[in-house]
Amino acid sequence: MTHRSYRTLTATGLARVEGEGSMYVRVGDGLVEEVRLDIYEPPRFFEAFLAGRSFTEPPDITARVCGICPVAYQTSACQAIEEACGVTLPGPLADLRRLLYCGEWISSHALHVYMLNAPDFLGYPGAVELARDHRDIVERGLSLRRVAISIMELLGGRSIHPVNVRVGGFYRVPSVAELAPLAGQLRDALDLALDTVRWVAGFDFPDFRCGHELLALREPGRYPIERGTLVSSGGMAFGAAEFEQHVIEEQVPHSTALHARLAGHDGSYLTGPLARYTLNSRWLPPAASAAAREAGLGPVCRNPFQSIVVRAVEIVCAIEEALALIGVYEPPDQPFAPAAPRAGTGHGVSEAPRGVLYHRYELDQAGIVRSARIVPPTSQNQAAIQDDLREFVQGRLDLDDEPLTRACEQAIRNYDPCISCAAHFLTLQVDRG
Amino acid sequence: MTTGPGAERGVVVIGVGNEFRRDDGIGPEVLSRLRGQTADGVRLVASDGEPARMIEAWTGARLAVVIDAVLAAPPPPAQISIPPAPSPSTVPLHAPCPGRLHRIVVDRAPAADVHTVSTHGLGLGASVALARALDRMPERLVVHAVEVTDVGRGVGLSPAVAAAADALTAAVLRDLQPATIP
Repeated sequence: MTHRSYRTLTATGLARVEGEGSMYVRVGDGLVEEVRLDIYEPPRFFEAFLAGRSFTEPPDITARVCGICPVAYQTSACQAIEEACGVTLPGPLADLRRLLYCGEWISSHALHVYMLNAPDFLGYPGAVELARDHRDIVERGLSLRRVAISIMELLGGRSIHPVNVRVGGFYRVPSVAELAPLAGQLRDALDLALDTVRWVAGFDFPDFRCGHELLALREPGRYPIERGTLVSSGGMAFGAAEFEQHVIEEQVPHSTALHARLAGHDGSYLTGPLARYTLNSRWLPPAASAAAREAGLGPVCRNPFQSIVVRAVEIVCAIEEALALIGVYEPPDQPFAPAAPRAGTGHGVSEAPRGVLYHRYELDQAGIVRSARIVPPTSQNQAAIQDDLREFVQGRLDLDDEPLTRACEQAIRNYDPCISCAAHFLTLQVDRG
Repeated sequence: MTTGPGAERGVVVIGVGNEFRRDDGIGPEVLSRLRGQTADGVRLVASDGEPARMIEAWTGARLAVVIDAVLAAPPPPAQISIPPAPSPSTVPLHAPCPGRLHRIVVDRAPAADVHTVSTHGLGLGASVALARALDRMPERLVVHAVEVTDVGRGVGLSPAVAAAADALTAAVLRDLQPATIP
């Protein structure tokens, strides 16, 4: 089978990932010699665009980086600027921020589970074909999205690029009466989410284990979503302010996104659902914890193909958290904590659906942004995705190009890469010589 | 508050696009021009074009009007595939012409895709196909597609696309006239 020992596989315009990019795999003499995840677009437009803007603007501007996770961008931006301005959010406002973020998790995870990733496991080219045969299943996914949209419309003002978020909190906060119908929707959605976990737990998962260092936020006592400090599977622990000392970004020739690595560590690292779950599964709320056990997940999950199960468990988690937050909600006296500009630097981190999202802003005394730094999860995961793909392809060289390319695409989709955030469009190429 | 045809009949205008991607911002731009000009009850929805959100926005609507950018770049000659029943037809674009407008009435029946600009690999064609599979098409779907060539990062429409915004807004308002709503 010489053609399988020397070949190139290419996928251009990779489907069902957020953004645009390509994958190139070159095989020579039966060994995978090169794997590249190519990202084309200049990634730093937004950082340059933020310089010279008022400290009040980054939450609205960075929300436009990604249509799928605008709340993550707003939250990390707000936290960084609030730190620079010395503002601390009172409890109810912090709770509303977490509630809004729960909406984004439900929305993003349901999109990925139902529309982007499940078709891979069920042998369908996409969600449309899946819907033709299993309308009820896809409708369940849309129902989960609907409750997420309700949360984001109520708290964010609209479901894409929310306009109600500001430094220090919100422009307007909901009343208890406005949140009540949401609780009803969420209770119904909890059953749908539990059904989702049972459904995806029944998929066939290739035997694959990634050995990367895992990086996630931690907030002892509860599952990390909108805030926390950073911890790694190798024992690292640091705050947002030390992020740039521990995470080193490097330019690589084939990509306009920077690759990240952890200082003092060889090899790549992974952030996102597997990392969050493995480092924090003990703090899942009760229904999510039980669902994880029922799905066969142990306290640690290192199979990227099972990240669809973790995402489903995290949908349950987000719904439980949202219900709990609504249950104790008392409207704050003011919709926001006032923030006065002052010279300084602030750092913010949150758990975007795809992993840790870091922002840093340097402000002058008038509150003008002097410099900005954004490190999105996909650029952090790019090296880990490449490493996993190299190992994955090496074990499947007996496959012909077409099924191998499909398998590679699925392997990439496991990570739900948001190339839009890291930069942009995806394509797959496998070179067998 | 008066009640317009939208409130009774379920009318939605969906502006698709990202104002931070140059000409991709034509959808949001027209949406902002429509504010205050439509009857009460006509919903104006900003969207990134993601299918689940598109379907959610137009489910149950008597009329959905979508404004989206369509990438026109040679070569090869671009074309918009329009999915009417019973057989698909196409509008060849020949040479790209930023700002040129296309009005497409999309049938509820299954057919080919409509290719529009999307950063998610899931464009309007996917929304239409998925809505058809789920029987979630609006009673009438009108797509206003604007030819664009610049969807790089940055704000502001190119002069040719900006110049088309008035005509496009007027065309959408014509679609919202009560006589045109099913």
